[in-house]
Amino acid sequence: MFNTFILPIIIFAALGLIAGILLTAASKIFHVKTDERTEQISEALPQANCGSCGYAGCSDYAKAIVEKGAPTNLCRPGGTETTQKISAIMGTTAAEMIPETAVVHCRGNCDTVKQLFEFNGTQTCAAAKRFYSGSKACAYGCIGLGDCVNVCDEKAIEIVNGVAEVTGNCIACGKCAKACPQGLISLKPITKHIDVKCSSKDNGKATKLACSNGCIGCKICEKKCQNDAIKVVDLHAVIDYDKCTGCGDCFNACPVKAITNCEDLK
Amino acid sequence: MKSIFIIMLSAVFVDNFVLSKFMGICPFLGVSKKLSSSLGMGAAVIFVMVCATAVTYPVYSGILAPNGLEYLNTVSFILIIALFVQLVEIALKKIMPPLYNALGVYLPLITTNCAVLGVTLINIENGYSFVESLANSFFVGVGFTLSLILFSGVRSKLETADIPQTFKGVPSTLIAASIVSISFLAFSGLIK
Repeated sequence: MFNTFILPIIIFAALGLIAGILLTAASKIFHVKTDERTEQISEALPQANCGSCGYAGCSDYAKAIVEKGAPTNLCRPGGTETTQKISAIMGTTAAEMIPETAVVHCRGNCDTVKQLFEFNGTQTCAAAKRFYSGSKACAYGCIGLGDCVNVCDEKAIEIVNGVAEVTGNCIACGKCAKACPQGLISLKPITKHIDVKCSSKDNGKATKLACSNGCIGCKICEKKCQNDAIKVVDLHAVIDYDKCTGCGDCFNACPVKAITNCEDLK
Repeated sequence: MKSIFIIMLSAVFVDNFVLSKFMGICPFLGVSKKLSSSLGMGAAVIFVMVCATAVTYPVYSGILAPNGLEYLNTVSFILIIALFVQLVEIALKKIMPPLYNALGVYLPLITTNCAVLGVTLINIENGYSFVESLANSFFVGVGFTLSLILFSGVRSKLETADIPQTFKGVPSTLIAASIVSISFLAFSGLIK
């Protein structure tokens, strides 16, 4: 009687009790203090969990602000409003927040760049990239199958005439920049309107043969720039947005029109 | 030493928990999308398996077996494993926050991982000594990690493969899992 019924019950009660006591003790010993400001900041953030701040998500960023003193102006989707809210919670003055936008550094559309072959495989850029870097003659350009379009939650980027273009309201989460197998997309301050729309690492002749919109690396823009803001790196021009004043000298000087000026285009 | 070596071969290859015994399939399919997360899950499972064995073995041989209550092992082991995973989670959160963050959701998931319960029960069933049980748990964990890593490689290829619409997603993943499982059949008969 005792061995069949009561002993198992006693053993189980004891096991359960020990487990309960151990867990209670552990939760007291290993109690981690959580700051209530973390939750407040978490609520103030847009909860897009896009990761553009450099942290794993909104709650992770909130934790980093409180515990590690991370800057309050890293949330791009939230913009100035969110920065002010967070700064109010933390009791600091709001740092200025310059909104950013994604920009595609390629303008090799269906009219300007030659098609070498027709790609009938899986219709993603990543798959096409493995196959001779896409079907276009330029191995560095936009493949145009829309991997960036597929990752964009805001529907801010689309394929126009075979080339990705940021057309909608970009929140600068940077997902498209990570998705692009060619690495053509980068983020820039929204106030800067001069862009180099080519990333070709080929020399001038090869670029010219492949695409009529390509940067041939002639360095005329480098000479014309008064602020030392544009440099030819890897045989194509790259703008340093910290120095660029948007004067448009390089845009006017470029012989192949690889540089664009949004104000003039729109 | 010889018996430990045989346990290693058996646990990692011949009787691989996921691919031969079909235990722990849920995390195998759920966490094998990326190599980094399968490594994290594998490390967490190895850790919990060894620790759970270190506790369940004494409980079985010290309390249950002497009183003729062997039939209670399953339910008491579940209790102990659940307790253990909770303790590990609480302790890690305080002592090693980076590791806690890296493991993330996988840590509580292990509570419901049948492979952990399976390994503690099989240790008892096979009549292993304490050291052999620990070794078996460790190598079963290694085998679990190996299958996760192998399958994450397979899945990364599946992502870009041109699969008929009907088979996209879970069906193709399950078929791929069965093929990987068949390939592990080649190890059977390695140990007599």
